[in-house]
Amino acid sequence: MLLISSIVTGLAVGSMYGLIALGFHVTYAVSNTVNFSQGSSMMLGAVLGYTFAVRLGWPVPAAAAMSLLLCALLGLVVERTLVRPFAERGSNGWLMATVAGGIVLDNIVLFTFGKEPRAFPSFLAQKPIELFGTGVFPLQLIIPVVGIGITIALQMAFQRTRLGKALLAVVQNKDAARLMGINVRLAIASSFALSTALAGLAGMLIAPLFSVHSDMGTLFGIKAFAVAILGGISSAWGVMLAGLLYGLIEALVTAFAGSTYTQIIAFTIVILALAAMPNGLLGRAAAKKV
Amino acid sequence: MPVRASLLRMTRHLLVAALAALSAATFASPVLAQEPLKLGLVAAMSGQSAKSGEAIVRGLSIAIDEINATGGVLGRKIQLVVRDDESNPAKGVVAARELVQRERVAALFGGLDTPVSIAIVPFANQSKVPFMGVWAAGTPITRNGATENYVFRVSAVDTLVDQALVAYAIKKYAAKKPGMILINNAWGESNEAGLKTALAEKNMPFAGIEKFQDADVDVVPQLTRLKDAGADVLFMVANVAPSSQVVKSLDRMGWNVPIVSHWGPAGGRFSELAGPSSQRVHFIQTFSFSGKLSPKAETVLAALKKKYPEIKTLADVTPAVGIANAYDAMHLTALAIAKAGSTDGPKIRRAFYAIDKYEGLIKTYSTPFTPENHDALSADDYLFTYFKEGEILPLTN
Repeated sequence: MLLISSIVTGLAVGSMYGLIALGFHVTYAVSNTVNFSQGSSMMLGAVLGYTFAVRLGWPVPAAAAMSLLLCALLGLVVERTLVRPFAERGSNGWLMATVAGGIVLDNIVLFTFGKEPRAFPSFLAQKPIELFGTGVFPLQLIIPVVGIGITIALQMAFQRTRLGKALLAVVQNKDAARLMGINVRLAIASSFALSTALAGLAGMLIAPLFSVHSDMGTLFGIKAFAVAILGGISSAWGVMLAGLLYGLIEALVTAFAGSTYTQIIAFTIVILALAAMPNGLLGRAAAKKV
Repeated sequence: MPVRASLLRMTRHLLVAALAALSAATFASPVLAQEPLKLGLVAAMSGQSAKSGEAIVRGLSIAIDEINATGGVLGRKIQLVVRDDESNPAKGVVAARELVQRERVAALFGGLDTPVSIAIVPFANQSKVPFMGVWAAGTPITRNGATENYVFRVSAVDTLVDQALVAYAIKKYAAKKPGMILINNAWGESNEAGLKTALAEKNMPFAGIEKFQDADVDVVPQLTRLKDAGADVLFMVANVAPSSQVVKSLDRMGWNVPIVSHWGPAGGRFSELAGPSSQRVHFIQTFSFSGKLSPKAETVLAALKKKYPEIKTLADVTPAVGIANAYDAMHLTALAIAKAGSTDGPKIRRAFYAIDKYEGLIKTYSTPFTPENHDALSADDYLFTYFKEGEILPLTN
């Protein structure tokens, strides 16, 4: 029973890490940059979802759609103001700029949304169902399904569609891509919009299991980045797999070794895995052509 | 050219000298009687525990208004200078240093986070500025081993709380083998030590000790370990959001174990976060505005409602401990400064011991501080409470 419940727990939490980490993957695959405020984007998704669905009483699908749209908009703003001005000059300033942007966003939400953690009730997280002798909320089973579904969709989109191929072409050679008629700026901007929307989705999915507050995304953002690197940030499957594995490791270590050791063992495993596989689980070494 | 250069240098020297003279004159001038007496607060004003900082500011401000209305202290009005520690020990120390060295506060008040207060203690003792705790309950904050201890407290003390938790679990639930679910930080550790000692005094075994993090979505693995080890009561130590994760995880497991808790759930909307099961958590408090109120409590509540119109019902004064502890602590500190007749730290420290009687909000204090005891509240001042529809209600037995 301990084993089953930790596996369910681990997979649900792990796919959250995976979803946020996919956001890192998407922008990295297209532009070699990432938005370090992904944790804050996740928080914004939950806060907006709460505001529309609970405070304003919108139907949940409308609230979710509106929140995702606004999260995508945030991605466009982040790209335009915190990434593009630096990346186009060949500077790494976007690293710090996106971290700073996340802190600014967290604090804006703190003063507009309020200081107290709030509950985001969902009928999917009220009555536990029996599964192999342990209680789980239906939402805990839905989250991994959504995570894996999105991974498959992303993989297909990048490999099979014209748009996906165009996006991947951008990262290989911006100038050549531009000459081929690809709108490079639009491609990069849409990858940021997609990445923040993914984080926002993760935020809304986790909110009923957790609570909604302005700094709920901080630790998730950090762990998701570790997961993205562990999975090999260039591979969608690798990232999702790493997310699930990381969640499982956390839950299993807690269950069988005790919670005192969770962070020590989990992060040690990340370091060892990276030492053994410097490009991550499924990542490929980037061949630098000079 | 050399002439011009030397001229320039001379002008610069003159300027510096003039500035120095000016600033010396400013500092040397006698302190005006009207100049406010500054007291500092270092507490969480943002982040998850921001509500606690707000409550402390309210409690301090109501007391300051009362003191200033009757002429202030040493003929000076009290002015509160607030700094946000963001629940971060390093930021707390920087803020304390800034308040003492730049704002020249006569005394410091502390916030909810034990790790932050523990970090400020050595600085307060070194710089000889009284540091008054109004919330953080970590035992080593006041019992810090310094020969000249400048740290006082009007709040619960973990070792005493832990004894009270154990006594309550035995009396109410006939506990034989309790388990512990504790937040993984200095506060959790302080209580781990306290609970172990309190259980040892009763010759009671424990089922296990489990830790969890602020951001843990799921505490089922930890709780399952405790359940498998045969825990019949859980001792819980964590702030409001993580506490509600424990309750939700218990719901999911379908494990109906009694929970006896430190006062973390009081820091926010626990009944909203944890749902209907929040009622099964019995937690400790030093004060509650619910039930029959003393005349003093009526006055303070009325003053709160007048000064903060957003307070409409009792559910809006939920961190009552923060308000009440801060209120009494401010009055006791003002008494000490008045007795010291000065804002000199060592004199105020000795004056705290000289306070004989003060009719406060929580109780009537008689000799609240002695060189051996820097905690004004004792285990007799604790009460057990629970949440019902957003309000903290006292438990009768």
